[in-house]
Amino acid sequence: MAAVVGVVVFPGSNCEHDVAEAVTALGGEARLLWHRDTSLGGVDAVVLPGGFAHGDYLRPGAIARFSPIMAAVREHAAAGGPVVGICNGFQVLCEAGLLPGALQKNAGLKFVCRPVRLRVTAGDTALTRGVAVGTELTIPINHFEGNYTCGPETLAELRAEDRIVLRYVDNPNGSVDDIAGVCSEGRNVVGLMPHPERASHPLLGSTDGVPLLRSLLVTAGAVAA
Amino acid sequence: MQFSVLVETRLRDGVADPEGATIERSLPALGFEGVSGVRVGKAFRFTIEADDQASARAEVEDMCKRFLTNPVIEDATITVAPAGGEG
Repeated sequence: MAAVVGVVVFPGSNCEHDVAEAVTALGGEARLLWHRDTSLGGVDAVVLPGGFAHGDYLRPGAIARFSPIMAAVREHAAAGGPVVGICNGFQVLCEAGLLPGALQKNAGLKFVCRPVRLRVTAGDTALTRGVAVGTELTIPINHFEGNYTCGPETLAELRAEDRIVLRYVDNPNGSVDDIAGVCSEGRNVVGLMPHPERASHPLLGSTDGVPLLRSLLVTAGAVAA
Repeated sequence: MQFSVLVETRLRDGVADPEGATIERSLPALGFEGVSGVRVGKAFRFTIEADDQASARAEVEDMCKRFLTNPVIEDATITVAPAGGEG
């Protein structure tokens, strides 16, 4: 049975169909979930996609975290279910307190939209299961507020617990410690600024996002089994 | 009782403020010399119903902590005063 991935649609999300398409192409089943739903409908994994949820009003993710579906996402995460936030989804997870830290405006105040080199720096997460640590991937970023920041204690904790999942090879936005993605203590919640779904088919110029999405499907499949 | 509230939020000291830095660098181009320490923030104005000023302030502090600011990167200054105008 195919692993079922729920993709949450907030008003202003704009990458949900890209994620659903990539999941389907890899043999998973994708289901779009409206942000006002109060149940995940039994999906095995959840993706919070990129975009501008609730117009990014106040701060990116600040209002999305109160969307009714977030209570169910929180429960799913607490039960060990895989949750991945991509770009705006990463911002939502940080605002919701499901991941530590915050994403502020890029250093240099530039919106950055281009493929970047990334290095996988932590394995055994919902997004890097079966991907060797040290693997380099080229995946697009597309953000204005992707400059990851956190307090020194949090940074020390992330390093000590091996929770920095992806690092930029050439830091494009000023993120502390070149951080492009982090995971939760349980390693089942992962947030990242790059868009693996935009590097999931040769026509898109890169398939480097595939190992990450496949890892999510494998993790989701383990939940389903 | 109605109280009028002003909440000003800004990036915490020590958090880089690229917007403020860009504005600061641009001011001399218009002839404004000697400006330093530019920090950009937001202001929220609203009225709130509460029994007294202390409970109004407590409510707004909670609001700041849980919603209006992201405490990882932002601070808030709160000003509360009895709503004027009608008496």
